[in-house]
Parts: sequence; structure tokens; C-alpha cells
Amino acid sequence: MKEESPWRRFCSDFISSKIALTGLILLSLVVAVALFAPWISPQNPYDLAKLDLLDSRLEPGGKYLLGTDGQGRDMLSAIFYGLRVSLLVGVVSGLIALTLGGLLGVLAAYAGGRFEALLMRVVDIQLGFPAILVALILIAVLGKGVDKIIVALVCVQWAYYARTARSAALAERGKEYMEAARGLGLGRARIVLRHLLPNALPPLIVVATVQVAHAIALEATLSFLGLGLPTTEPSLGLLIANGYEYLLSGKYWISLYPGIALLLTILAINLVGDQLRDQLNPRLSRA
Amino acid sequence: MAVFILRRLAQTLLVLFVTSALVFGGLYLIGNPIDILVNPAADEAEKLRAAAALGLDRPVLEQYWIFLKSALGGDLGKSFVFGRPALEVILERMPATLELAFLAMVMSVGLGIPLGLYAGLYPDRLSSKAIMAGSILGFSLPTFWVGLLLIMVFAVQLGWLPSTGRGPTQEVFGLQISILSLEGLKYAFLPSLNLALFKLSLIIRLTRAQVREQALLDYIRFARAKGLPRARVIGVHLLKNIMIPLVTVIGLELGSVIAFAIVTESVFAWPGMGKLVIDSIFQLDRPVVVAYLLVVVFMFIMINLAVDLLYSALDPRVRIAEAK
Amino acid sequence: MRKFLLAALATLLSWPAAAQELSIALSTPITSLDPHFHNLSPNNSMSKHFFDPLIKADERQNLKPGLAESWKAIDDTTWEFKLRKGVKFHDGSDFTAEDVLATFKRVPNVPNSPSSLAIYTKPIKEATAPDKYTLRLKTDKPYPLLPNDLSGIQILSKKVAETAKTEDFNSGKAMNGTGPYKFVEYVSGDRVVMAANEKYWGPKPAFAKVRYRMIANSPARVAALLAGDVQMIEGVPTADIERLKKDARITIASAVSNRLIYLHMDSGRERNSPFVTDVAGKPLEANPLRDPRVRKAISKMIDRDAIVSRVMEGQAQSAGQLLPEFFFGTSKRLKPEKYDPEGAKKLLAEAGYPNGFGVTLHTPNNRYINDERIAQAVAQFLTRSGIPTKVDAMPSAVFFSRGTKLEFSLMLAGWGAETGETSSPLRSLLATYDAAAGMGTANRGRFSDAGVDALLGTAIATIDDTKRGFMLAAAAEKAVGELTGIVPLHYEVSSWAMRKNLAYKARADQSTFAFEVFPAK
Repeated sequence: MKEESPWRRFCSDFISSKIALTGLILLSLVVAVALFAPWISPQNPYDLAKLDLLDSRLEPGGKYLLGTDGQGRDMLSAIFYGLRVSLLVGVVSGLIALTLGGLLGVLAAYAGGRFEALLMRVVDIQLGFPAILVALILIAVLGKGVDKIIVALVCVQWAYYARTARSAALAERGKEYMEAARGLGLGRARIVLRHLLPNALPPLIVVATVQVAHAIALEATLSFLGLGLPTTEPSLGLLIANGYEYLLSGKYWISLYPGIALLLTILAINLVGDQLRDQLNPRLSRA
Repeated sequence: MAVFILRRLAQTLLVLFVTSALVFGGLYLIGNPIDILVNPAADEAEKLRAAAALGLDRPVLEQYWIFLKSALGGDLGKSFVFGRPALEVILERMPATLELAFLAMVMSVGLGIPLGLYAGLYPDRLSSKAIMAGSILGFSLPTFWVGLLLIMVFAVQLGWLPSTGRGPTQEVFGLQISILSLEGLKYAFLPSLNLALFKLSLIIRLTRAQVREQALLDYIRFARAKGLPRARVIGVHLLKNIMIPLVTVIGLELGSVIAFAIVTESVFAWPGMGKLVIDSIFQLDRPVVVAYLLVVVFMFIMINLAVDLLYSALDPRVRIAEAK
Repeated sequence: MRKFLLAALATLLSWPAAAQELSIALSTPITSLDPHFHNLSPNNSMSKHFFDPLIKADERQNLKPGLAESWKAIDDTTWEFKLRKGVKFHDGSDFTAEDVLATFKRVPNVPNSPSSLAIYTKPIKEATAPDKYTLRLKTDKPYPLLPNDLSGIQILSKKVAETAKTEDFNSGKAMNGTGPYKFVEYVSGDRVVMAANEKYWGPKPAFAKVRYRMIANSPARVAALLAGDVQMIEGVPTADIERLKKDARITIASAVSNRLIYLHMDSGRERNSPFVTDVAGKPLEANPLRDPRVRKAISKMIDRDAIVSRVMEGQAQSAGQLLPEFFFGTSKRLKPEKYDPEGAKKLLAEAGYPNGFGVTLHTPNNRYINDERIAQAVAQFLTRSGIPTKVDAMPSAVFFSRGTKLEFSLMLAGWGAETGETSSPLRSLLATYDAAAGMGTANRGRFSDAGVDALLGTAIATIDDTKRGFMLAAAAEKAVGELTGIVPLHYEVSSWAMRKNLAYKARADQSTFAFEVFPAK
């Protein structure tokens, strides 16, 4: 009998969980919509010449399937484009912060001493700084834009990853097998990469799946405070923030539909992330 | 141990120094407070007077030097907008924010650990799946949105709770506390819930993950085989081992709660530090922003110190590793 | 039994009966109770509850007697005020001219003031009190706006003016005024509580106790009204006006205010305006905004009525000049520019831009009502008529700092004329910039015209009201009508929402005065 490759086994395990599969399908749908937004949207919400103020705040139905917002933008198109921006911002900033923070945290745990102390104090400063202040300073200096928001979100998030990675690596560092590895004379890089890092990965993935959601929600909050993306090219968060003031007046669609889209996106990311984490966790796979 | 603490305190001073420098520089880059505070119809003489009164007529580095000198004596400068010592303004509003943070932590830990425990021990039950789904909702909806929804449902529609503001306060050890009375709790309930939702979700998920991991380990099976009652196994052995990463995260999250209180305080008109600092940032009231950050970073370092001490108390492996 | 049930039901469906206490929610927090510390609208409105000025302003900002019963200009630089007799401070002491003199001495000397009221006392060269109830003021040059400025200075008792510090006002120690309400409590950032002054010299306040709450977040403020936590709110967000109008339990009081929302254009630079490009997006060397025809074209491209109805939801009035017509110094001839995209394109072609040009519109996003949305609407209109426009919105802290450094080409801004007449916007927005003289202090487009300066210069030194009115109107006609130094968009309409059993005369200066709230008839 041919032995199944680890990758194949990974995939078949994944698919066997119905919930994870649903999540994966949903995520693929979301990503597809985001990628193909320009082709499937009935209207280009970025083109100011096509928008008509007199069409603003129309109820769902008729020409505009999900209604229009305060600027006369078709909600459906705005949601498609907004998905694009939100995903981009959340995932990219999350990945960069994960890499940066994770590596730094593991290195700190391994190296110990002054380097670790210094890094952890920097982490303390970073965690104490409100995201809002960081964003305001960055935006004042650099201006608004998707790339600036990503920089701001990375600045805000990396410390969480660093701290989590360090704790997990610390716990690993003390274990007997680490002593054994050192005793065997294994190279430092090998110890870090093959032993510390994989064991620090599971809690990092849990943090990551939460953090991507967190990043997207944080971007929405920054938009709510007027510090987010430019309003002519909104993310889901900005759409929700814009629709916030209409909640009490009964024009629910301006805020509700982007909110549902956001919810589904984050749900999908987390369903997939949960399964990934369970499968990657060496301790759980024993069962 | 004493050396450890002393070293931390020394590092704390360094951190505070760096923080103050960053904030000074950062706010300087954003804009000139005079352009925002002075009446736009005022002439040059008034602008110069205001600049001199607020100490803004000198070069930035000199301003920072003056600030450092008085900071060492405990004086963090006077708020541009209020005319009162910045530290006083912050400390006056701190109890309100701490109340919310405390209640939010109680709600999230008090509900989160039991729910996470349950979901971890019986992962295949429908109720567990419902809990996990609910936890996703908790951190995927933006705080300000949920806040207004809570107000709409509980205050406007049902009229059970007040919509905004803080309840009547009593003086306790010189601080104004509102949550010791039932009336005060009514006002604090919705904002605390709003603030707690994110952490609640996080704690549920983390607890569940840890429980599932630990439950499979040998020592648990061994304990069960020994015939120890289930409750003891869970309560004493399991719980202790999941506490470590949990404590780290809770410590981390306390800082973010205080940061996110900014939004909750805005939505619920809760007169705490968060609302103050956001207004101060937008008005470029530098002394207040600096004072806020120094206070918060200091609190944060102290919390981390406590967490680290707790950590080594809970996990002997860490103690050994650190001692090496 | 039935009656009991019905009554119970009625109680459940209505709010608790309005006691002798009135609770109002403000939209902007006050920063201090010291009337002379910070020249900020919420502070000024609040201080008028406890203190009185010499001259008051009615809801249309017309001047009325306050602590001064009458006043007149004896000559071009001397004014005489006859003070009201029999007025008592809250502590029972008598009000005399000595109190006024002490107050004027205090105003420019309040320590740590970020924005003092010194600009109002500056023109006063000499202040004397020939007798207990007469005040004589001498100015350097003829200064017709003296009474308007004095309406912003609250009068303290001599003892308070000479000894009180700002913190004494915040704690209540120095809160001894002549006003309709007495101080009870102040919690910074949260609330101000006051009790009626039974011995007030003017109309007696209708409510024995007033509690002001500060709820800056707009939907939360509306929610507080709907939940019954407060009985009246100021600053009704435009998104909720429709819904509140339909609510049978609520009355809305509105009035057009003195705040104009307008566009300022870089007319100062001869070349290379920072955010002007050609239609393809490459920086343009010439500066089209320097040409009055281009500016007039921009004005014609904008459908003000659409903005008023769709963006402001009716809570605005289209503008053709600097203040609504009932204010002093306005022109009867200036009307809001008609929406005329064809005419605009013709003007653009005439000025040498048949294909248009590109520009970025900068705007604050947390300063004026719906500022960012107005900017987006304006950008839509401009783009459709040949000027592709990008919008860059930023917090006002950043906007004003950068705008003052002249970093923008096209900007959205607002101006509220505190004096209630047009020399204020003319002077600050359209006069040639002269920092020392205080002219053009908010003229971020550096518009400059000698004719306008001459008219304005003469007007502000003319004591005779009629002559001054003509000159101001002529200056506005030249600056706005002919040369389009700014593009006026609309005047904000201020609204207050309150329970049906209350009535309030909406004010053009956007102030909320509890002592002008009365039970509805």
C-alpha cells in the first residue's frame, strides 16, 4: 500500500470536518468576490462621475439591490469593493505582524538576557500606546491610504505576537527535550527553527485568527474616529462606521449589510483557522 | 527575586522616558495646538500671547527639557485646554475607566473560563458549538456598533437601563467610585458588557484550546486512572496548567481593555480617561496626552511584572529556566 | 379596574412626569467654568447661565440691554453706558460700575489661557466710572463693534475679579454672578448642575433645577432623549431629524445659524498650486484658481439645493453671501448661485481651460456638520462638470495646522460670525492677510483685492450704522458676488429636540440657554 504523503493526509483530515469545510468554502467565496469585484459589481463606487447624490439613501430593492448609502453609492458594489480592501488590510497586516512579532518573540525567549529584556520593554511601550495615537501620528506624517493603515496596524499588532511567542517559547525552553537537543550539540538555528518555532506556532495561530478579525475591526474603529481610509475608497469597516449614524433613523441597510459581510468574512477566517490550529498542534494529533 | 524586581523598575524608568519622548515628537508632528485652540479671528498679538502662556513659543527640544525637569518633581505640566495640572485631570478620570475595566474583566473571566472549560471538555455537543460560534460574533463586530445596538435595545426600546453616562458616586479612599451602589451598576452594566465582549470571546477560545490540549495529556489520564473524582481532576490539575497561558493573555488584554475603553466611553458618554485622551489628541492638548500615556504605560509594566511573578509561581519550569 | 389599568398603561407608555428639574444634553463638553479662561462657544454659553454681560443678544443676535440699560456713542471714540440699578450678585452684594472695571482688568490677564477674551477688551484704551451706574469707555480708533464685543464678556464682582483663579470657578468658590442660575455642581466632562436664582433681575427662569449632561456622540445623544434620560438635546444629527419629526412625543426647534460653510481657493499663488493638476493628473504649472472666472465656474457647478436636501437633510439654507439676509451688513442683491453646469463649462473655456483640470479638495472630518459628506458631494459635482476632484479628509487638528501653512489648493471650511454681522467674515476670510492688524487671519486662500480692503477698512471705522451697513454690503458684493473670493455653500441650520411639553426659541448663535426654555403652552 502506498503511504499517504503528509500533505494529502493534512488535506483529507481538513475536509473531513464539515464545519471547517464550510468555512473554507465561505472563505473562498469571499476571496473570489474580493478578487473579481471590478467585474461583478453593478457600479464602480470609486468613480465620482457616475455617482448621483440624488440617489442617496434609497431603500433596498429596484435598481439598487441592497439600497444606497449617504453618497448615492450602490451598497452591493460598495460591499464587494469594501471586502477587497478589508481583506487586504487585515490579512497583510496580520501576516507581517505575525512574522515580525513571532520571530522576535521566539528569538527573545531563546537568547534571553539583555536582548530579551530590551525587547519585552519595547513590547510594553508598544502595548501601552493606544492604536489611535499611533494611527493619528502616522496619518499626519504620511497621509491617508491603504499602505499607511497597514503600517499602523502592523505597528499596533506585532507586540501581541511577540509576547505570545515568547511565552510559548519560554515554556518550551525549559522542557527536557530542549536540554537534550543542546546536549547533543545541535546548532542554534536548528533548535530555534525546528523545535521552538513549531511549538510556539499553535498559540500564535490562535492569536492570528483573532488578530486578523481584530485588525479589520480596528480599522473600522479608526474609520469611526475619522482616522481610517479615505472615504472615497471605503473598506467594510468604513462603510459600517458611515452607516452608524443612520442606525437610529431606520435606514438600517447602510450599516447592516456591510456588517453581515464583515461577520461572514471573519467567521470564515476563523473556522478555517480553528481547523488549521487543531491540525498543526502536535499534541492534539496524538489522539 | 529582589534583583529581578529592581532591574524591572530600572527598565521601567527607561521605558517611561522613551514614551514621553515619542509622544512629544509625535504630537509635534501632527500640528500646532495654537492653530486649533486660539479663536480664528484673533490677531497675531493674541496668538503670541497664547503661545507664550502655554510654553509653545520655545523650540521643541527646549520644551521637552523643561518638561523633563518638572516631570522628575512629579509635575507633568498643565493641560492647555483645562488649565489644570495634566496629571490631576487624568487621575480624576481614572477611577471611572478602571471601574469599567474591572467590571469588564470580571464579566469576561467569570463567564469566559467556565464557558471555555465546558466547550473544551465536551467539544462535540451542540451547546459547545453554539458557544464557539457566539464567541466569533464577540470579536468580529466592531465595538462601537455593538455599543449603539445595546443602547437601542436595552435603553430605548426596553427602557430597562439608562442609555448613557455614569451613575452617582461615593467617595472611597479619596476616589469617586460609582459601582458600589445598585444605581451606579445600572449605568455601568451596558458599557462594561460592551467592553467585555471582545475579551470574553478570546478567553472562551483560549480556554477551550488549552483544555482540549491538556485533556489528552498523560498526567490527566493517569489522574483519572488513579480514580480521582472528575471535579478534582478538572478543578485542580487541569485548571492550574491552563492558567499559565491564560494569565499571560489576561494580563495582555487588560492593556487593550483600557485602550478600547476609548471607544466605549465615547459611545456611552462615560467620563473616563479614554474619552479624555481622544479629545486631547484631537485638540493637541499635549500635556494630557503625555500624562495619560505615562500613567497607562506605567500601569501596564506593573501588570506585566505581576503577571511574570505569577507565572513563575505557577510554573516551576519557568523558575528553573530563569534561574539558569 | 379598567381605569386603573388604562392609567397604568398610560404611565408605562409615557415618560415619568417632568419634575421641576430640566435635563439637557450638550454636544460639546465645556472645558472650564471660568468665563474668561477659554474663548470657546460651549464655555461662553454655559457662563451666561451664572453671569450676565453688559449687553445681551437675542435669538437673532440683535443687541439687547443686559447689565447696561442703555448705551450710546457720545463721539467717534467715546461710549457711555447707563448701568442697571438694583441688581444683586448671588451673594447679595450690589452690582456697580466698579465691578465692570475690575472685570475688564482681569480679562487680558487670565493665566494659562489657550484663547483669551483679550481680543474684546483690546480696543478699549481707557475705562472710567463717572458714577456708580455710569460707565465710560474710550477707544483708540472709532470702533463700532464695541457693543457686539461686550456682549461676550461676562461681568464678575470686584472681589471675584481681583482674587479668583480659574480653579476657584471650577470648584464653585468663585461662582458668584448676577445670572439667572446659581452654581450647584460641576463634574468635568460629565455634567453641570444649577439652581434657579429667585432674585434674578430679568425674566424668572421656569425650572428650579437644571442638569446639563455632556454627550458628544450624536446617536448616543438622540438615544438619551428617546430613552427619557434627558428632556432636551442640542445638535440634533441630520440623520435623525426626519424620524424625530415624526415622533409625537417630540418637538423640534430650528433656526438658521450664523455659520457659513464655504470653499476657499488658492488665489494667492501665481503658479504651481500644490494640489492642482491637469486632467490626466500631472502637476499643472498655471494656477487656474487665480482667475475669478474659474472660481465663479466652480460656484456654478455645485447644486446647493441637492446638498441641502440630500446631504444636510433640509438642515441648511443655500448661501450666496457670508450671512443670512436678516443679519447686519448683508446685501439684498446677492442670491445663492444657480446650478448651471453649462454656464460653468463656458466660463472655464473662456478662462482657457476647455478641458478642465484636476484638483484635490481638503476638508476636516470632525469639525462641521457632515463636513466630509459635503466635500464628497462637492467633488461629485465638480467631477461631472470637468474638474476631476479627489477628496482628502482629516481630523481638524491636522487640517487647520496644514491649512494655516497654506498647503492646500481647495478646501472646505466654515465660519461662524460671533459678532452677528458681516465685518467678521469679511475681515477674517477675505481681507488681505496682515497678521499684525488681525486681518485675513483665516484667509487660507490668500485672496486679496484692494477695492475690497478699502471698503472694509472704511466700514469698520464708521460708527454710523446705516453707512456702515451699506459699505459692508458693497464689500461683500465685490468680494463674493463679483470676484468669488470664496464659494459660499450653505448656512447651517441649528436644531434642538425636546419633549412636547417644552418650548425653546432656536438661536442663530447656536447657544443653548436653559433659562430660555419654557413649558409649552
